[in-house]
Amino acid sequence: MSHYAKDFPILNQEVNGNPLVYLDSAATSQKPFQVIEAVESYYKEINSNVHRGVHTLGTKATDGYEGAREKVRRFINAASVKEIVYTRGTTTALNIIASSYARPRLKEGDEIVISPSEHHSNLIPWQQVARATGAQLKYFPLEPDGTLDLKKAEETITERTKLVAIAHVSNVLGTIFPIKELARLVHRHQGVLVVDGAQSVPHMKVDVRDLDCDFLAFSGHKMMGPTGIGVLYGKESLLEEMEPFEFGGEMIDHVDLYESTWKELPWKFEGGTPNIAGAIGLGAAVDYLESVGMDEVDAHDRRLAAYAVEKMKEVEGLTVYGPTTDRTGLVTFNIEGVHPHDVATVLDAEGIAVRAGHHCCQPLMRWLGVSATARASFHLYNSEADIDRLMKGLQKTKEYFGNVLG
Amino acid sequence: MSLDDLYRRVIMDHYQKPRNRGRIEDGTVTVDLNNPTCGDKISVQMRVEEGKIEEAKFLGEGCSISLASASMMTEAVKGLEVDEALRLVDLFSRMMQGEDVDPDEFPLEDIEALQGVAKFPARIKCATLAWKALEKGAKESVQKS
Repeated sequence: MSHYAKDFPILNQEVNGNPLVYLDSAATSQKPFQVIEAVESYYKEINSNVHRGVHTLGTKATDGYEGAREKVRRFINAASVKEIVYTRGTTTALNIIASSYARPRLKEGDEIVISPSEHHSNLIPWQQVARATGAQLKYFPLEPDGTLDLKKAEETITERTKLVAIAHVSNVLGTIFPIKELARLVHRHQGVLVVDGAQSVPHMKVDVRDLDCDFLAFSGHKMMGPTGIGVLYGKESLLEEMEPFEFGGEMIDHVDLYESTWKELPWKFEGGTPNIAGAIGLGAAVDYLESVGMDEVDAHDRRLAAYAVEKMKEVEGLTVYGPTTDRTGLVTFNIEGVHPHDVATVLDAEGIAVRAGHHCCQPLMRWLGVSATARASFHLYNSEADIDRLMKGLQKTKEYFGNVLG
Repeated sequence: MSLDDLYRRVIMDHYQKPRNRGRIEDGTVTVDLNNPTCGDKISVQMRVEEGKIEEAKFLGEGCSISLASASMMTEAVKGLEVDEALRLVDLFSRMMQGEDVDPDEFPLEDIEALQGVAKFPARIKCATLAWKALEKGAKESVQKS
């Protein structure tokens, strides 16, 4: 564990008689005590609904909730807090874009372009939009190592392409996709670029104005914040012209018997009592990551991914998927002859937590020609020593199955 | 928790040398099931004649536990009446919940080796997939007849 691990109380425990090595941060990261305490003190000291009461607690809760929004704005360098919509997570944020932006605008003859490596949450909403509008869903061709050739991307995006949706970092391959260059290609044809930032925002500096993406979706729980809170960033002009996603309390301006008007941005997208504690926890997570510095986080996570890839290459019968360079945060692999569930079970007996399965990327599994993979993913609290434990565990897995399978 | 409780020799034997893997040309019922959380897939085929499972085969992708369990299941149900097979499904489900099953209740044979799976909650779904397919197939064959 790294010296940051002391901030993460959950890591100080044994699992199955061994010190826990948590290598599943791409599924959800652990939380530093600063985040846990922020959520706790919200409930202990200022719990109250936001944007309603005149009373003191209501004001404090509202200040905490809106203060966190400003922290998130600064964190991704959005132009205004109007562009920061709280959601339940990445999935909801992408569904808002699909429902409120894409559905009313796309029609037959239009194209949506995505990559075969997308997480189901950045794939199924677009399948549904295509079915509902008659627009065509197209895929970028990927290179054998899971990277994108910009020349081929340029050929895939045409004047009919109204929307391109892509993950900034693939949750299986670890590939960092060239968002800035893609934005240029998409904008050349007046399309919009939707970026799934679930695996990038927690690990690197993401500057929406530098990238010039039109939308960015990400989750709090993968960036050391609580579950159930996420963010939809959208350029103000686009969010402004979109209809609300959910209707009800909190998002209205004036309500009549037969029609109503909406609050201004960002609240028109935040119907109902929001996840106030989650937002405040997310603000604390942003503070925590900024106190370390995103350049430091980025360098740390890339270093661990490179170290893991290097170690795994030395192991006979072990296949690593994805690019060898320019990857971050995670390594996906398989051991020849051992199913990834079995790998994960043996590692768990050693106190090592990894993910096994299709990682919500069934089309990508087919592209890779496998039914499932194992994945080790890292964050600030991990160190090279954790990867050494993983490598020992993998050696043990090979030996164990070598024995039992004879 | 010991890995040897899970990966018993008889399980590994079924994993390496699956019994009844393949298709039945004159099968009367086919059930395809996925485990959407992990990507395991199974297709169970049976030939049911006059309420009796004459033959059962499977095809699938998955881990050692799911494939061994499928192999054992197809062996165990061959020759059973459909209602007996459904009783076995119930027994297996109770076994996966950690219940000690009475060996006199049913001749379990190889299936008994899967008892250890109950101690690995994350793997119970692997073991039960083939049995869910059996249950569905058995019920469908009752409706058909």
